[in-house]
Amino acid sequence: MVDVLVAGTVSDSHTWNLIFLQLFCEERGLRVANLGPCVPDALLVAETVALRPGVVVLSSVNGHGYTDGLVTVQVLKAAVPDARVVIGGKLGIDGRGRGEWTSALVDAGFDAVFQGGDLEAFGDYLAGAPLAVGS
Amino acid sequence: MSFGRFVRRAGELVVQPRMGFGDPHAMRRGLIATWAADATTCGTLTLDSYTRVNDLKAAADALRDGSPLNGYPIVTHSVDTTRRLLEGIAHESFPVQVRHGSAKPQDIVRALTAVGLDATEGGPVSYCLPYGRTPLRESIANWRETCGILADSAETPHLESFGGCLLGQLCPPSLLIAVSVLEGIFFTRNGIPSVSLSYAQQTDPAQDEEAIRALRTLAARHLPTDADWHVVLYGYMGVYPTTTHGALNLLKASAELAARTGTERLIVKTVAESQRIPTVEENVQALEVAAAAARAHTPQPSTRDTGILDEASALIDAVLNLDDDLGRALAEAFARGVLDVPFCLHPDNTGQARSTVGDDGTLRWTATGAMPIPPSAADHPLTSERLLTALTHVARAFDR
Repeated sequence: MVDVLVAGTVSDSHTWNLIFLQLFCEERGLRVANLGPCVPDALLVAETVALRPGVVVLSSVNGHGYTDGLVTVQVLKAAVPDARVVIGGKLGIDGRGRGEWTSALVDAGFDAVFQGGDLEAFGDYLAGAPLAVGS
Repeated sequence: MSFGRFVRRAGELVVQPRMGFGDPHAMRRGLIATWAADATTCGTLTLDSYTRVNDLKAAADALRDGSPLNGYPIVTHSVDTTRRLLEGIAHESFPVQVRHGSAKPQDIVRALTAVGLDATEGGPVSYCLPYGRTPLRESIANWRETCGILADSAETPHLESFGGCLLGQLCPPSLLIAVSVLEGIFFTRNGIPSVSLSYAQQTDPAQDEEAIRALRTLAARHLPTDADWHVVLYGYMGVYPTTTHGALNLLKASAELAARTGTERLIVKTVAESQRIPTVEENVQALEVAAAAARAHTPQPSTRDTGILDEASALIDAVLNLDDDLGRALAEAFARGVLDVPFCLHPDNTGQARSTVGDDGTLRWTATGAMPIPPSAADHPLTSERLLTALTHVARAFDR
């Protein structure tokens, strides 16, 4: 059992964002499992089933986050309907966030979207989410 | 003429972009602009990340739907399309290299040799451990096969090791050098006669200079005497300055480092690096700024020795002594922690090594696990703030 499952999106090879997120969550008293970069959907589903995290945190900075996130969240929610999933980072290749992406990603099944890696909002989300802190 | 010979005979620093666009017309325009830049350049086709992870369906879907890709999908575009894109561009005075990042690059190498290209990069360790979840032994087998495909299908094959990058920042020089040299040996033993060894600019110019000299010493010691080789420097690969002056000064520092150390080729970074995929114009600006900065400096002798050469040499020897077959030796080295990439989350990495930016601004080992080298700074518990401070050390210094 973990509180937070951190994973890079399927085509994203970056690691530092994932290590940072792990530390960020651990400092808030949360137990974290970190799957690293380029996590295939099937592995994310299997680990979500096995670890039953309070929240799955997807992070992406390679520009394909919006496209990859849309697919992954649908696969994950189809397999684990009660999974709580969020995504954050730089979600497009031109570096600009887009309001309509947030609504499309939420419609597809994300609980929250943190475009541009908004850490304050993410910290507030963790504080407000019903995660099994300290249990 | 081969990529390797072109670089060695250029007579000055060869500068190269990291450029890739999904659309063939944009890619062609980028290559022409690279060629026309006021600098000695070679061209780059950087592939998209779907092709890198072999998700060819996603690459094909993106082309069909017109979704933007973060690079050129060379396996998905037809041979004719890529030939037309390169027509009249890729030739003896302007070699083009394919850059990708794949731990399973067989199809990529088949695609690039099918259009007459013969230079690419990566490596069994450097394109596996830091970038995904492909098992290391699988990557080693893939890269062995890839060397064979490239050697058999190209007239003058060239492979560059990406070992000088690893996670891009915070890896002390000795491990970057060791992986680069070991991958260079792996390539030559698998039939590639022309190789380049890489090093990524880090936090401290003096440490970087010493590291590049150590890399040259060890390349000369370990590569076959008839191998054609050169060194390629990567402009800073970590968190990049966000100001224009900061980004340009860091780029100039990388070009000066290359010039002072007699480095033959430099891969540049642009002013857009911290924000997004750069435009063609931003790439051309970076090439010209780097070339001008390099022309103002000449190779300087130096005898500074803080132990990087000995450390890198100990790592290389420890791996070579594990097994006569270098592929098996590399797998065994990571299984035993004889090589251990700090902060790397890959399941085949031991993950006991840690590093930091020391008080003097140089990279230091704080924990070395089972590697045959000692730590050089005290270990503090890692916090998100301490990590962020280390990761942004260079960006903050240059943005000031």
